[in-house]
Amino acid sequence: MHEIFKKRSLAPGYTFFVIKSPRIAKKIEPGQFVIVRVHEKGERIPMTISDFDREKGTLNMVVSQVGKTSRLLASLEPGERILNMLGPLGIPSDIESFGNVVTICRQGTAGALYSIIKALKKAGNRVTCIMGAKSRDYLVLENEIGAVVDELIIATDDGSRGVKGYAVSALREYLKKNQVDYILTIGSSKMMKTVGKIGKKYGIKTKASLGAIMLDGTGMCGACRVTVKGNTRFACMDGPEFDADEVNFNELIRRQSFFKEEERLAMELFEEGI
Amino acid sequence: MNRERRIPRKELPPEERVKNFDEVAIGYMKEEAIEEAKRCLQCREPRCMKGCPVGINIPKFIRAVKEEDFVRAIKIIKENNFLPSVTGRVCPQENQCEGSCLLGKKFEPVAIGALERFVADWARDNNIIEKPEVKVSNGKKVAIVGSGPSGLTCGAYLANLGYSVKIFETLHKAGGVLAYGIPSFRLPDSVVEAEVEYVKSLGVEIEIDVLIGRIFDLKELFQNGYGAIFLGTGAGLPRFPDVPGENLNGIYSANEFLFRVNLMKAHLFPEYDTPIKIGRKVVVIGAGNVTMDSARVARRLGRDVTVVYRRTEVEMPARKEEVEHGKQEGLEFRFLVSPVAFYGDEQGNVKIMRCIKMKLGEPDASGRRRPEPVEGSEFDMNVDTVIIAIGQSPNRLIPMSTRDLQITRRGTIVVDEHEKTSIEGVFAGGDATTGQATVIAAMGSGKRAAESIHRYLSSK
Ligand SMILES: Cc1cc2nc3c(=O)[nH]c(=O)nc-3n(C[C@H](O)[C@H](O)[C@H](O)COP(=O)(O)OP(=O)(O)OC[C@H]3O[C@@H](n4cnc5c(N)ncnc54)[C@H](O)[C@@H]3O)c2cc1C
Ligand code: FES
Repeated sequence: MHEIFKKRSLAPGYTFFVIKSPRIAKKIEPGQFVIVRVHEKGERIPMTISDFDREKGTLNMVVSQVGKTSRLLASLEPGERILNMLGPLGIPSDIESFGNVVTICRQGTAGALYSIIKALKKAGNRVTCIMGAKSRDYLVLENEIGAVVDELIIATDDGSRGVKGYAVSALREYLKKNQVDYILTIGSSKMMKTVGKIGKKYGIKTKASLGAIMLDGTGMCGACRVTVKGNTRFACMDGPEFDADEVNFNELIRRQSFFKEEERLAMELFEEGI
Repeated sequence: MNRERRIPRKELPPEERVKNFDEVAIGYMKEEAIEEAKRCLQCREPRCMKGCPVGINIPKFIRAVKEEDFVRAIKIIKENNFLPSVTGRVCPQENQCEGSCLLGKKFEPVAIGALERFVADWARDNNIIEKPEVKVSNGKKVAIVGSGPSGLTCGAYLANLGYSVKIFETLHKAGGVLAYGIPSFRLPDSVVEAEVEYVKSLGVEIEIDVLIGRIFDLKELFQNGYGAIFLGTGAGLPRFPDVPGENLNGIYSANEFLFRVNLMKAHLFPEYDTPIKIGRKVVVIGAGNVTMDSARVARRLGRDVTVVYRRTEVEMPARKEEVEHGKQEGLEFRFLVSPVAFYGDEQGNVKIMRCIKMKLGEPDASGRRRPEPVEGSEFDMNVDTVIIAIGQSPNRLIPMSTRDLQITRRGTIVVDEHEKTSIEGVFAGGDATTGQATVIAAMGSGKRAAESIHRYLSSK
């Protein structure tokens, strides 16, 4: 189980996997995630599934190499197995007929959006995707997403593709000219916080998929807790999507950085080959 | 032989044990066990057995110890208890077998727990694996959800009766609380692993990384040919006090803290990848076994640890022994105090715990006097890390994904005295039905459920 079937590099630091995992593939819905562990002394980390094929029994995953565990994960080769994989976890994304939908992401988080976009399209929505990246070299799944959405807007920091600037600026521009019924954002907490504010300003229902720190992924530890509308919620069980303007993003950003020093140390030792 | 006093159990000295996670209580040597066994009165109507939730024939196994026939002793124990090296260590014997021991009326009761542990450890050390006679396979399948003591026990019994049993466990390691909750200085990993292996050796299959309610729901389990289902999903959801600031950095649930250390070995970071961060001043809120375990783990990570409880020492539900051990290891206690808010620094790290003093009022439903806040008595405590151990609720995924499964307002699964739930063919036990209780109570219900499942499937 959980054998790497295919692998390719999408951009510097982003790896795409197709994983044989028939049981999870049979049950997973867009927006859900898995928890993986890659070696006997390894940690448990959440990974969003970018797509699945129930017939072939496969899951697609975009791995952003941000820390030791994701680096180790990305180093697996076809034929190798992921030691532990638990899922599907979390509540599936809301798939309804909203009308005009805007999805907004940056670099690797496009992976997490892919199957949701497909489902939103299937439900009859007009879907726009605003994709941000440092430069055109860092665009992830540009063609794949481009092939399913009605409109793809690219914003790069250096202007090497699409408009120059951040994805949120592109969103602001877009909203000036278009009527939108639903916004879904997956990205850094900082970006999602801004998107939530913009959505609120226009009175558009806006959801954000939160990247909280997780351990078990089943509600047993509370590491993933977030404050939503003043109440403590568990991102793994009650989320990962919440109404963006109700999330206390400042708290989430602080919680996400709690183990920053440890993560850096682990990465340094890993790079030194220790 | 000394009838009055039991053979003392040796312990690692506190100065030494706070530096490591080695087991605190050292088991009896052979000679000590035999001496202690001689103290047993061999009552004709043994009261100790009535105090044992799984009904071990205690006088009989103690007699075998006295006669130095440890093989016979382990056989007798295993007739009713599949996990004796666990229960010998963590059972609250003082309220159960030892609490009912006749000798204990006048003198110290027989050290039944220590004897049980001795026999179980002896058997393990000598590779004596006593297996009950397994009936031939009857071709019927039973699914068990959760690999804690209730699931392991239920599975072991059913396997012995000839059922083909599969346990599904969501975590990457089997054992439930035994694996992720109880620290190794009370229950070494090797003991849990050996007991799990033993259950597997009886023919029970354990599949990890399977979340029931997601991969399969109960209906699908039936469709997959399982004739009956046992839910031993435990009470693993941490409760939070619902006060301002509870999500600041440095505030952990006891489950998160223990999970990081016990299961993920975060105290060995960076050799292990999971980190843990604790500051100099640690406060643990609560008063149960989980509180004491968290506090003692924190102490072993070398910090100043204070246990804060809203009632007094008398009302503490933790085992006396654990409280004593904690005190020896240098834990501080603040009684009649409850947190009302947490405040942090600019990075969002908790720094101050605002508390209110409490006084005890009239007894509540639990029979303990109810703590009431003393108006205007707020004060601040400096803290760097807070561990919240104020209780756990039952896991809710299965009730959420199973219509018709009756649960109480507290979230526990409703069962009758035969551990039957509101759905035909579905049984439940352990903490999932009682709320957090004990290992032995979970095992007792696992055993009852196995009997009940056997009756159910035999009549079908
Ligand atoms: C820190 C701590 C210390 C304790 N100390 C003591 C002690 O000293 N003495 C004592 O007698 N008792 C003690 N207890 C209580 C005791 O551990 C529990 O009462 C006992 O473990 C309950 O057993 P169980 O089988 O009901 O559930 P658990 O041991 O909780 O096991 C339940 C298992 O089910 C799994 N599960 C849950 N939902 C699903 C699902 N949907 N699909 C698949 N798997 C699932 C969980 O991951 C878990 O592994 C302690 C508890 C804790 C937390
Ligand atoms: S990850 Fe443990 S409760 Fe959500």
